Amino acid sequence: MNTSPVVYLDHAATTPLLPEAIDAMTEELGRLGNPSSLHDAGRRARRVVEESREQIAEVFGARASEVIFTSGGTEADNLAVKGLFWARRAADERRCRVLTTAVEHHAVLDSVHWLASAQGARPDWLGVDSCGLVSPAGLREALERDPGSAAVVSVMWANNEVGAVQPIAALAEVAHEFGVPFHTDAVQAAAQLPVDFAASGVDAMTVTGHKLGGPVGAGALILGRGMAPVPVLHGGGQERDIRSGTLDAPAIRAFAVAAVVSAQRRVDEAKRLAALRDDLIRQVLAAVPNAILNGPPPGPERLPANAHFSFPGCEGDALLLLLDARGIACSTGSACTAGVAEPSHVLLAMGADEARARGSLRFSLGHTTTQADVDALGAAIGEAVSRSRRAAAR
Amino acid sequence: MSGGVDSATAAARAVDAGHEVTGVHLALSQNPQSYRTGARGCCTLEDARDARRAADVIGIPFYVWDMAERFARDVVDDFVAEYAAGRTPNPCLRCNEKIKFAAVLDRALALGFDAVCTGHYARTDSAAGTLRRAADPGKDQSYVLAVLTRDQIAHAMFPLGDTPKTAVREEARDRGLLVADKPDSHDVCFIADGDTQGFLARKLGPAPGQIVDEDGTVLGGHDGAYAFTVGQRKGLRVDRPAPDGRPRYVLSIEPVSSTVTVGSPEALAVREITAVRPVWTGCEPPPVPIECSVQLRAHGDVYACVAALSGDDLHIELREPARAVAPGQAAVLYDGDTVLGSATIAVTR
Repeated sequence: MNTSPVVYLDHAATTPLLPEAIDAMTEELGRLGNPSSLHDAGRRARRVVEESREQIAEVFGARASEVIFTSGGTEADNLAVKGLFWARRAADERRCRVLTTAVEHHAVLDSVHWLASAQGARPDWLGVDSCGLVSPAGLREALERDPGSAAVVSVMWANNEVGAVQPIAALAEVAHEFGVPFHTDAVQAAAQLPVDFAASGVDAMTVTGHKLGGPVGAGALILGRGMAPVPVLHGGGQERDIRSGTLDAPAIRAFAVAAVVSAQRRVDEAKRLAALRDDLIRQVLAAVPNAILNGPPPGPERLPANAHFSFPGCEGDALLLLLDARGIACSTGSACTAGVAEPSHVLLAMGADEARARGSLRFSLGHTTTQADVDALGAAIGEAVSRSRRAAAR
Repeated sequence: MSGGVDSATAAARAVDAGHEVTGVHLALSQNPQSYRTGARGCCTLEDARDARRAADVIGIPFYVWDMAERFARDVVDDFVAEYAAGRTPNPCLRCNEKIKFAAVLDRALALGFDAVCTGHYARTDSAAGTLRRAADPGKDQSYVLAVLTRDQIAHAMFPLGDTPKTAVREEARDRGLLVADKPDSHDVCFIADGDTQGFLARKLGPAPGQIVDEDGTVLGGHDGAYAFTVGQRKGLRVDRPAPDGRPRYVLSIEPVSSTVTVGSPEALAVREITAVRPVWTGCEPPPVPIECSVQLRAHGDVYACVAALSGDDLHIELREPARAVAPGQAAVLYDGDTVLGSATIAVTR
């Protein structure tokens, strides 16, 4: 039995902590102080938080005052989508439309569904093409239909399943033509792409620590000045009164360290991972000639560390089990309730049928990935697919 | 792994025996909340968590397999259709036949596994493909497994067959399995509130008919013949007392006219049974009548009998009359502890 996988190809789920982040967090965990306290210990902890805020702001092209720390990506997405919807509708009750895509992460998707079912929102689902890409023209068309009713637009920077990189700057520009705030979930993009808040023109942007080598439990909503979402959490008034709750100085410091280190290495690392990913695609297609690469072709429209395939005639969960038994960790890229795999909403939105959506696997690379990992997958995938096909044929 | 103490202990024993074991929990409902909640059922989120935690403690990989569609079709729909036809099905037997040792076993074999191991109380001889009663007569489940073929039995492992239930609980406690004191499951796992009649009424709608005595005299009415089981005494709602003042029982159910016939307990006595779709594991299909014993319901009495095969029909002559034999249940033939074969009761006389 494996206690830890030999071949870890699920970095999009979470990536190993960088040693620098472990060191920073370990040191900070031994220190005392609530960053909101006024005494010396509190000031010291506050200094750690504020320095971290500045570092994160610099990495993502924002001002320090624009960084709102959260517990992670899900909370930041909820705050942006719900908070901006509430604020915009409070200012003008005609604003009930939320424009988003059908390929968002569940943190956005389910927030929008909840706003629709419980808060009177009208969702407008922007279509994607067969690669999972949203078009600015499509957004313009949707906004033009009734600009006065648009509350907020939310489009993810890069898709977590198929790695599609959206034209975020162009989309934000369209939203701004109609005076509508634009949020993007950049959780997957942050480690692999040049993510620049100011240059992109977005109004709100979600990032999280554990996808770039930091700890789980620390993330941020980067929020342009002038944006005043209604808080989801009320309490001590931390984070500009937008996100109450005691700040987690150790996790925030480690998040900042990881963000800085990952940014320093990003260009070289993206190139290295793209080459490994291309080889992974080549090896998988050589072993399974009728496998289908989902998402955009390798290039600027695809995350460099993402590969996602449908294996016709297979069930993704059977493939995952077989690879897991050989020490290879990957993902069916789908939501789980009680561990039951649902067909991927992303693939369904891209026009795939249910069988293709169920028969798919995501391989995501990261800072610990080596050529040996890719070769191990290349050596195992053919046999796993033929076994899984026999199981599905029954 | 259902999330109960038996499957957890069975898995642990399989590991001890040197097998490479993978834990599988079956998701049987598309909406987990709709099935039984609490500790009694086999398919809730809480049970899935209990199963996962047991796998953690044992130290084996764990997955949830989605069998909801197959379960709905082969077990739940079948259950409803059988009641609609005036018979009394056993859904646990059907689940063993169609899900655990068919859909799950087929998938497991294709994925490279050798057998399905469960916490059932029964004993097997894999080489011969035969099934025996468990050592603990109070827990014996050979009746609901007798429908399995030799090939299915050859790929089944029941590590608890030799052990009394109390010892299994003790062992689970010693192994640190948190489910050691979890109550046994009973009733039908897919009927959340335990109200089988209400469930059938929702599925089948009202189908009013008459309640008559053996002479055909109408004694009353009912909202659906599926609400009755042969041998049932309570809930007949017949106002007029029997001439002899004795209680009346359901004797038969005729689904086409939706007629329920009631009568005296003597009329429930059954001496002959015709059963269909026989499966033989403990012997070859007998060319001549055989002396053996038969069990007619789960945890029911055992009767000496002569069983004779004619074509695909199995005729069973009981040495002494049995009471309240319900069509749709299995007639399982035993030679001592060994299951000879099983067939579905169709007609009783």
